Amino acid sequence: MLKVTGLNVSFRTEQGLVRAVENVSFDVAEGELMGIVGESGSGKTVSLLAVMGLITDPNAIITGSIAYRGRELVGLPSKEMRKLRGREIAMIFQDPMTALTPVYTIGWQIAEQILAHEKVSKQAAWQRAIDLLAEVNIPNPGEAVHRYPHQLSGGMRQRVVIAMALSCNPALLVADEPTTALDVTVQAQILDLVAKLRRNHGSAIVFITHDMGVMAEIADRMMVMYAGRVVERGSKEELFLSPRHPYTQALLDSIPPLVGARPRRLRTIPGTPPNLLNRPAGCAFAPRCPQRFEKCSADPQLPAGARAAACFRVNP
Amino acid sequence: MIFALLRRLGQMLFVMFGISMLVFLIFFATPGADPAARIAGRNATPEVLEAVRKSFGFDQPIYVQYATMMKKIFITGDLTSFVNRGWKVVPAVLDTIPVTLSLVIGAAVLWVIFGLLIGIIAAATRGSWVDKLLMVLGLIGISMPVYWLGEMMNLITQSRYHDTWMFSWVPPLGYKNLSDDPKGWFLTLVIPWITLSILYIGLYGRVLRASIIESLQEDYIRTARAKGLSETRILLRHALRTSLISFVTLFGLDFGALVGGSALLTEVVFGLQGVGKLTYDALQNLDLPIIMTTVMYASFFVVMANALVDIVYILLDPRVRTS
Amino acid sequence: MTAPLLEISNVSKRFAVGSRFSSQGLRIVNALDDVSLSVMPGETVGLVGESGCGKSTLGRCITRLYELTSGSLRFAGTDISSLSTREMRPLRRRIQMVFQDPSASLNPRRRVRDLIAEPLRVHTKMGSEEITARVAELLDIVGLKPDHAMRFPHEFSGGQRQRIGIARAIALNPELIVLDEPVSALDVSVQAQIVNLLADLQERLNLTYVFIAHDLSVVRQVSTRIAVMYLGSIVELGDAEDVFSRPSHPYTQALISAVPVPDVGKVGSRGRVVLTGDVPSPINPPSGCRFHTRCPIAQDRCRNERPVLRQLGASRHVACHFPSAADQAAQAVRP
Repeated sequence: MLKVTGLNVSFRTEQGLVRAVENVSFDVAEGELMGIVGESGSGKTVSLLAVMGLITDPNAIITGSIAYRGRELVGLPSKEMRKLRGREIAMIFQDPMTALTPVYTIGWQIAEQILAHEKVSKQAAWQRAIDLLAEVNIPNPGEAVHRYPHQLSGGMRQRVVIAMALSCNPALLVADEPTTALDVTVQAQILDLVAKLRRNHGSAIVFITHDMGVMAEIADRMMVMYAGRVVERGSKEELFLSPRHPYTQALLDSIPPLVGARPRRLRTIPGTPPNLLNRPAGCAFAPRCPQRFEKCSADPQLPAGARAAACFRVNP
Repeated sequence: MIFALLRRLGQMLFVMFGISMLVFLIFFATPGADPAARIAGRNATPEVLEAVRKSFGFDQPIYVQYATMMKKIFITGDLTSFVNRGWKVVPAVLDTIPVTLSLVIGAAVLWVIFGLLIGIIAAATRGSWVDKLLMVLGLIGISMPVYWLGEMMNLITQSRYHDTWMFSWVPPLGYKNLSDDPKGWFLTLVIPWITLSILYIGLYGRVLRASIIESLQEDYIRTARAKGLSETRILLRHALRTSLISFVTLFGLDFGALVGGSALLTEVVFGLQGVGKLTYDALQNLDLPIIMTTVMYASFFVVMANALVDIVYILLDPRVRTS
Repeated sequence: MTAPLLEISNVSKRFAVGSRFSSQGLRIVNALDDVSLSVMPGETVGLVGESGCGKSTLGRCITRLYELTSGSLRFAGTDISSLSTREMRPLRRRIQMVFQDPSASLNPRRRVRDLIAEPLRVHTKMGSEEITARVAELLDIVGLKPDHAMRFPHEFSGGQRQRIGIARAIALNPELIVLDEPVSALDVSVQAQIVNLLADLQERLNLTYVFIAHDLSVVRQVSTRIAVMYLGSIVELGDAEDVFSRPSHPYTQALISAVPVPDVGKVGSRGRVVLTGDVPSPINPPSGCRFHTRCPIAQDRCRNERPVLRQLGASRHVACHFPSAADQAAQAVRP
């Protein structure tokens, strides 16, 4: 249903062109949960903002193709994009504390979205807001609609954001680190909620996180991004059980285990991610890679196919 | 809610009491000078001095003096100016209040409307030539001193171009009562309104633009976009709405200060007998009772405006209401 | 048996929020409620719990950034809870703190050299050559290059900035370092580097750590012992690996089971204890056991009687009326 092909997003800055996303391709099937893993600056959020048409920076250059149910979104007039946004494609954000307008009640904010897309009465929109709050397990929804964001805890606000995203029954849900700002016990509640909503609504979900544990729990398929590019993709089992790219491998190794014996030292990835302003020639991960060899000075390509890694060790 | 309002009112009274004490002490209890001599003005005869001393109770303890003073201002209202030979101060100040209120309220209406318009249009077109033009105009408005602008207005509308079709309607300087002559009231005030508001239009336009643009960077604006709302709605219902809080704060302070006498220069230039003009004249004659009364009146107005701002806050920002 | 380096006894900390004039009046937040904990020389005590559990407040009380409301703190045998700022000065060298956000705690207008030299200038009588040598040594210890000394904080990545923060903290050869979420703001790949660095420094410089973090797997990796906190109190205390493999308190069990594990094979087979609701407000905490409102095994007794932290087994302390026995606990979490 969503097919992203050769997406590039660059930003013109005073220091030069920052290539935030380079040649990113992926697709999402109906009802599927696609996970994107990467560290900060890997381009995962920017890719999703491009899908949502939410990159408003006049210095941004977006090329490539984003096809939603056969419809090209890159270059779509903003009025057309607006009709899709919130109704067919909805987004959940990272920080629930700042994602809601502080001066309106949560019922008002949910109803606003419904009224923007559907010809229903105000009462009907408010009633739907109450139903949605009940669906995301907010206690006393009839009373909660009249509350302001600051009166709710972080976990409750994230539920409101999710309810809002679901308000027009979108076919595609885009979630940008929706549990990162929450405590683990609340994160567990939200992940359970996401699983329940997938069963009930059948929306396809693109889920960004840097937490491999969260990915292991919810993803169907995954891709790993590094320095603006996709370095590996495959099913969740493939990526966790037999990672091919040294970066995916290293990412998995650097997480301290929660069970079993503790290693005396954690395995680390030396160095830091490259500066996107002057990305090194060749493989961007090569300077930190334990397996680099002569070939890595060239640019590795990500082969087509459901299971692939952009590494010369894998595709010589 | 009502409890909170009452408490705010109580605080307001307390602050006003404090101010009255302070003003009284500054004027009458500063060591090294005879307050009676100050009130009586320059070249007062010994008889007048004696009368002053008696009337204000300067032979009695300081708290009695304070009580006498407050009684004269608020209860009997018979505080007398000795410089102006028996002029009753309280009615004089009361007479000037409608003039100042007319001037400031009219100007405030203008500056709020145009400040909002300029701020919103500039924020909506940020970076474009419209935005740049509005901001330069705003800066010019801020930089023009009000007395100079007022004199220029007078020069143009009263003498140079008075006989052209454009300004022949402008009546001579002075104030007409709203109840006696509504049309005259309006016409005499149009030019002062414009003059006084131009500075504030520039200021408020620029402040509002900055505040809206800051709001537009917030996460909830991204949420609003993701909801599929139109840019107009995002600007007006989300960005502007949250920016109004700083706008209202600024407005409360400026409005209070202007009503309290800061419109002085405009009043002097246009010959309006307002609170500012009265204070100005009193200062020139060192007419202590009048100065004392207008200073207290001014500070009361500032305090009251602040209390009103707090109440509007409660209406605008739910976080203040319950947190 | 050696004496503890730090002894926290019955420490409470209350904050006043709001004001007498606000609509709800003055309210009291019980951030810490009768916390006792000993830290032995050379060990790392991990403090874990959800936001608002008081772990950061405890860290700040230890470094005397906050005054205690009641209770006492003994550091190396001296009672430091009532020392004046002046009397505290010589002890400041011995107790240091590292914060979560390295960029917020470093003055952006000063060079790294000056940032690291600052504590040396304030607390020692070192000459400028000595200071230069010491700064170079410290940079080397934390894994930065000598030429980094002349740069400004914004030229560094998050991980490198945290290294600068650590270099500052160890400059005066402290004995105790309170680490408040030192790796939370960092990417996973960088986080591991800092965790290793902290472990190396501990060994090399004979440091004692109080390590505050919400990431349980990181805490497990670095800690000798772990204190689990809930609403201002310690609910479970014990040997790190042991607490994780056999948690006794139902809250610890829920907390550990809520952590998503990056291990595909195990997903679904773990019995997860999902807690309902949010942490109650510390302004008006629940009666009895403070966890009873969310506890899956709460009974009448829990609503009325507050459990004390009592010893259970060789090295474990639990504040629960119905703690799981060792093997039951293991069953509850990982069947």
